[in-house]
Amino acid sequence: MMFAGAAAALLVAFALAALRAIKGPTVFDRALAGNTVGSLAILLLAVFGFLTGRPEFLDIALTYGLLNLIGTLAVLKFFRHGDLAYDADEGKEP
Amino acid sequence: METVINMALLTLLAVVTVAMVVQRSLLSVVILASIYSFLMASVMIVLDAVDVALTEASVGAAVSTVLLLATLHLTKTREDMPRHGRALPLLLSLAVGGMLVWGTLVLPPFGTANAPIHQHVAPRYINDVMAETGVPNIVTAVLADYRSFDTLGETTVIFIAGIGVMLLLGGLRRQSSEEGAPEDPS
Repeated sequence: MMFAGAAAALLVAFALAALRAIKGPTVFDRALAGNTVGSLAILLLAVFGFLTGRPEFLDIALTYGLLNLIGTLAVLKFFRHGDLAYDADEGKEP
Repeated sequence: METVINMALLTLLAVVTVAMVVQRSLLSVVILASIYSFLMASVMIVLDAVDVALTEASVGAAVSTVLLLATLHLTKTREDMPRHGRALPLLLSLAVGGMLVWGTLVLPPFGTANAPIHQHVAPRYINDVMAETGVPNIVTAVLADYRSFDTLGETTVIFIAGIGVMLLLGGLRRQSSEEGAPEDPS
């Protein structure tokens, strides 16, 4: 029962984060909402594992955490520099 | 409860997809696509396909986000308004979607034990996998032993696609850096 309530709360949070990602208005709102959806996916994985009585897949949540970081970092780096391969030392004489 | 979670997630998927179509800022579309992938991965988890969910999250949310952003670096970050009418593409996609839904109508119900897919070669894999291959994990045995040529072909395709992406992104970058520094003769 407790896990069902937690899952329902997570679904509401999913909807709110998706709404923020759709409405914007700035790219930062969307990037933050995307990161939130990734974190919520981790939480839903954990809650769903306990909801169905099989929490064996909890390790996969760790991978989700790493993937979420890569995606958000890539978006923010692109927004800051307009180039993923940006290197501050590039072009300088050694 | 599983049905409710699935319905909520699938509704959100549809909403995010429509938002991606309407959205004109391509950077926002990339972020929405990453959200779509995480939602899809959650749907896969609820459907008990954990391996597919892991692939969806790593390919959809991480790798394709990075690749799409690298592509945005080479193009504009704002989508132009379509020059031609939208009626034909809309009709075409509705027709293809309708045909796909029509195709699912004759499928056996989800999780049926005596569906054809469970009767064809699956019993042999489950019963004889240890004797024939000696691999304790059945999925690994199917991918790397029974279907090894198929897997070799898939790996070749992915290898060639990777080379193509590297040539496209790396080749263009070298060209633009040569144009950017014409005073350097070396």
